[in-house]
Amino acid sequence: MSAPTGADDLQALLAQTAAATPDEVVTHAFSRDVVLPHGAGTCVLITLDNGLDHRRPNTFGARGLAELDAALEAALARDDVAAVAVTGKPFILAAGADLSAIPRMTDRSQALAIARIGHAVFDRLHTASVPTFVFVNGLALGGGFELALHARYRTVSAAAAGLGLPECFLGIVPAWGGCYLLPNLIGADRAVQVIIENPLSQNRMLTGPQYAKLGVADVLLDAADFLERSLDWAARVVTGDVVVERPEPDRGEAWDAAVARGRAITDAKVSGAAPAPYRALDLVAQARTADRYALFAAEDEALADLVMSPELRSGLYAFDLVQKRARKPAGAPDKALARPVTKVGVVGAGLMATQLAVLFLRRLRVPVVVSDLDQGRVDRALAGIHGEIDTLAAKRRVTPDEANRLHGLISGTVWGPSGDLAAYADCSVVIEAVFEELEVKRRVFAELERHVSPEAVLATNTSSLSVAAMADGLEHPERVLGFHFFNPVAVLPLVEVVRAPRSDDATVATALELAKALKKNAVLVADAPGFVVNRVLLRFMGEVMAAVDEGTPVEVADAALAPLGLPMSTFTLLQLVGPAVALHVAETLHEQLDPRFVVSPNLRALVEAGRPGLYDRKPDGTPYVSEETAALLTVGDRPSTAEQVRERVLTAVTEEIGSMLAENVVAAPMDVDLCLVLGAGWPFHLGGITPYLDREGWSERIIGRRFLPAGVASVPVPA
Amino acid sequence: MPHVSRDVVFVDGVRTPFGKAGSMYAETRADDLVVNCIRELVRRHPELPPERIDEVAIAASNQTGDQGLTLGRTTALLAGLPRSVPGYAIDRMCAGAMTAVTNVASGIAFGAYDVAIAGGVEHMTHHPMGFDADPNPRFVSERLVDASALVMGATAENIHDRYPAITRERSDAYAAMSQQRVGRAYADGVIQESLVGVALRSAEHGWGLASADEPPRPGTTKEALATLRTPFRPHGRVTAGNAAGLNDGATACLVAAEDVAGELGLPAAMRMVSYAFAGVDPEVMGVGPVPSTEKALAKAGLGIADIGAIEINEAFAVQVLAFLDHFGVDAEDPKVNPYGGAIALGHPLASSGVRLMIHLARAFRDHPEVRYGITTMCIGLGMGGTVVWENPAHTGAGASA
Repeated sequence: MSAPTGADDLQALLAQTAAATPDEVVTHAFSRDVVLPHGAGTCVLITLDNGLDHRRPNTFGARGLAELDAALEAALARDDVAAVAVTGKPFILAAGADLSAIPRMTDRSQALAIARIGHAVFDRLHTASVPTFVFVNGLALGGGFELALHARYRTVSAAAAGLGLPECFLGIVPAWGGCYLLPNLIGADRAVQVIIENPLSQNRMLTGPQYAKLGVADVLLDAADFLERSLDWAARVVTGDVVVERPEPDRGEAWDAAVARGRAITDAKVSGAAPAPYRALDLVAQARTADRYALFAAEDEALADLVMSPELRSGLYAFDLVQKRARKPAGAPDKALARPVTKVGVVGAGLMATQLAVLFLRRLRVPVVVSDLDQGRVDRALAGIHGEIDTLAAKRRVTPDEANRLHGLISGTVWGPSGDLAAYADCSVVIEAVFEELEVKRRVFAELERHVSPEAVLATNTSSLSVAAMADGLEHPERVLGFHFFNPVAVLPLVEVVRAPRSDDATVATALELAKALKKNAVLVADAPGFVVNRVLLRFMGEVMAAVDEGTPVEVADAALAPLGLPMSTFTLLQLVGPAVALHVAETLHEQLDPRFVVSPNLRALVEAGRPGLYDRKPDGTPYVSEETAALLTVGDRPSTAEQVRERVLTAVTEEIGSMLAENVVAAPMDVDLCLVLGAGWPFHLGGITPYLDREGWSERIIGRRFLPAGVASVPVPA
Repeated sequence: MPHVSRDVVFVDGVRTPFGKAGSMYAETRADDLVVNCIRELVRRHPELPPERIDEVAIAASNQTGDQGLTLGRTTALLAGLPRSVPGYAIDRMCAGAMTAVTNVASGIAFGAYDVAIAGGVEHMTHHPMGFDADPNPRFVSERLVDASALVMGATAENIHDRYPAITRERSDAYAAMSQQRVGRAYADGVIQESLVGVALRSAEHGWGLASADEPPRPGTTKEALATLRTPFRPHGRVTAGNAAGLNDGATACLVAAEDVAGELGLPAAMRMVSYAFAGVDPEVMGVGPVPSTEKALAKAGLGIADIGAIEINEAFAVQVLAFLDHFGVDAEDPKVNPYGGAIALGHPLASSGVRLMIHLARAFRDHPEVRYGITTMCIGLGMGGTVVWENPAHTGAGASA
């Protein structure tokens, strides 16, 4: 229906929703009369405040919305009020709807109620007979962002950050008016940037100046006296001294083009596997001509549908993992045991080692030593690192003084009998990133132990070799552990912290604090080959390659997993990682773990021929298998269909994760999901992977039980 | 070569509404009050490039917490002034802002500054008078001062003792008049002109806006005042009604070399003629304005008869009357505090000096026939401060005295 929710209905919805959420942290709505300057009259200023500090932002639950509704109603019922304004508590306007109730929802009517409530309450800012304002003083996400859109005018603080509509990132859509109001305010293309592009780009958010530049705010004001100046500006709007003119959005082809652009971005990011962004785009498309309340009703239905979707339940689960579990690794020892890190050594000067050196420099700002087998390699590595610092300075990511500081902290030395390793003597942590071969790494550790202190942490960046084996024979094996980064180091936040049987608590605590200081998320894993990410990825890739070996066309095998909407296809990932690395890890896992880790002869053939992967690229970027590459492959005559490949891969992955959990490689399935999200970019709509395997029945079929209890990353069984 | 002194002008002054201690500004920081004033000054004078500000001198009595950390510098940074603008903090209790003004004026006259901001803040909710004070025991053991000297209300009673002609009735009548004059000044839009609105934080009630002084009680009559008790002495004469209260507020003004002001297009509201500070017995600190005024007038080569406008701080009605009696000025003379004073508006200690200047500048504008005026105030521990100003709007102004 294309009419706003009536008052009685609203009260009923509020009551029923409040009853289902007894633990709501209520965001209150306080009203105070303000005498506006310039003789503009009285403004009722409503402050949203849950009484907690900025670490617990305002959120909208039923009771909070009821308070806001009552405050607006009271203000608008008066005849002595010239304006109504809403603002937030220090640093925060509002972080949107209270999502904590959603995991418990078992019926779409519950979600429908929430959507209708938000629309009804915020609509008062639109239907008011006096000018309404929202002063965006700080964080405004989701429903907080949408609140502002319903008011006639918006000011924003130059210091505000964390502004956006992250709904599509989680698996829902802006359902309190955003899909209608935003494109009608700033045009469809800019709206698509906020509704689709930013959320699907690692949930990027806007700053106050960006919000103003997009045209969402009418005026950008300094933080120092933001509220005073907002009230002053509002007064001048009321008196007519300030007239706000907004350009009418282009409702012609530009609107359709924007929606198409949004679809292309969404396809690229999720390949059709996540419903929410597509639903949001449908709403934005309809918003070009739809009646306001009809579109609001459509948003209501979209929210109700999506809240009941498995993709959203998985998304909330993954979001919770990334917000909470990622910050407090399961199984972590007391962090008081951590030793300070005052100097870091890196052994190896290849690409990975130099990336690590730059990371340590930037984040820790302590002396960093690198080394390699000869002076030439060391010089090249140092030149690369100095160049990277210069690039950061040129991009203004560091100040000139800071760049000088970093330049002064990096040094290099030659490794080996002719070299001088005294530079490593006072390192708190040394990480080796040398050739991936056990004997080489053991010799490196043995040599290091002659120079470093007994407590210095010796960390290995190995992706598949045994950490315990590397520690074996050392005088102090207890200070050895794995510290496994993911490529590209600057982007992927995961560090697998590998605890070998003899690694002691102080060493582990030091490594976890180090990961935090590097702004990485650590997951504690056991010393099993491939740890988590590589083990899953190589099992996955091995099955796809095996299908090709058997005769499945490369394109068919590669597209078989597309329905999952992974960040890239299997063979694109292979090309990114490099076939040589993939082969080496596959061989290690095959030997150390199990022959079920297939080593594909065709993969070996690619490596031997020095090919960068299976694909060449056409001028427009599309991948294809060249004749030369095809000639290298020896394939059978038992091709599989895409469906068969998919089934085989998912069976293998399910089995593998089951084994990993049985072997206590990690504490719980959540850690597997966290690793895949943070280390391989696996999407929220899969919940990492185990929620997907549960909901498609793989886990029950293959290992006889779900990975996660029902309701954790799925709609619970109704009580 | 000897220094050549330059003329100094008061360009403009602004202030926050004043609050009652423990009330509207309870959850507002003292430094934020100052920041608001600085930003308002800069906003009112777009003709002044902020990088031309050579100093920010801000006074406060209790320089700790939100009134500490070298206010002039912190507030300059917080207000968004360029980092190249330095600042400092200063204290002469009640005459903090006045001393900030005379200090920067001296710097301008000396040629060290061209333009400066001077002001003061006192947040008596967060920083009660005398909080954490640790008077040297010698004050008492050597009888350097009487115990009453440390209690301002007691010093006011002492002034009644010294001048029995100043009765409680006279004090109450003066206080009621101050309230009426503030009421009329508000009705005439005089007070509002120099106020800058301040956001009011309240965790319990939400955000509000201070747009008017909180302390004034417009309908006050001397009859009503007569019923108030005398907290400083049984059967005394000093009450909460014939004295300024405990208040929160801030002020700031722009002071400049007269020639630079002309160059930049800044208006000159008052020209500084002379100033003086003087000490008196701490037990009767309220009489401080007498010797400081005598001294400042002498330096200016003027007599009280030359003064056509007087802004005297009303810490207590009795000390105002003592001053007026001494100089033979009638208590109801419209040239004294025509827009009311501290008894009605409040006296956030270190800020008041600039408030007096704001009022005097307005009086000069309203009365171009007045050539000279003074701002004067009593100060705790027994001092007085006085600045003599010339009205640039006066036809005879500018000629050498």
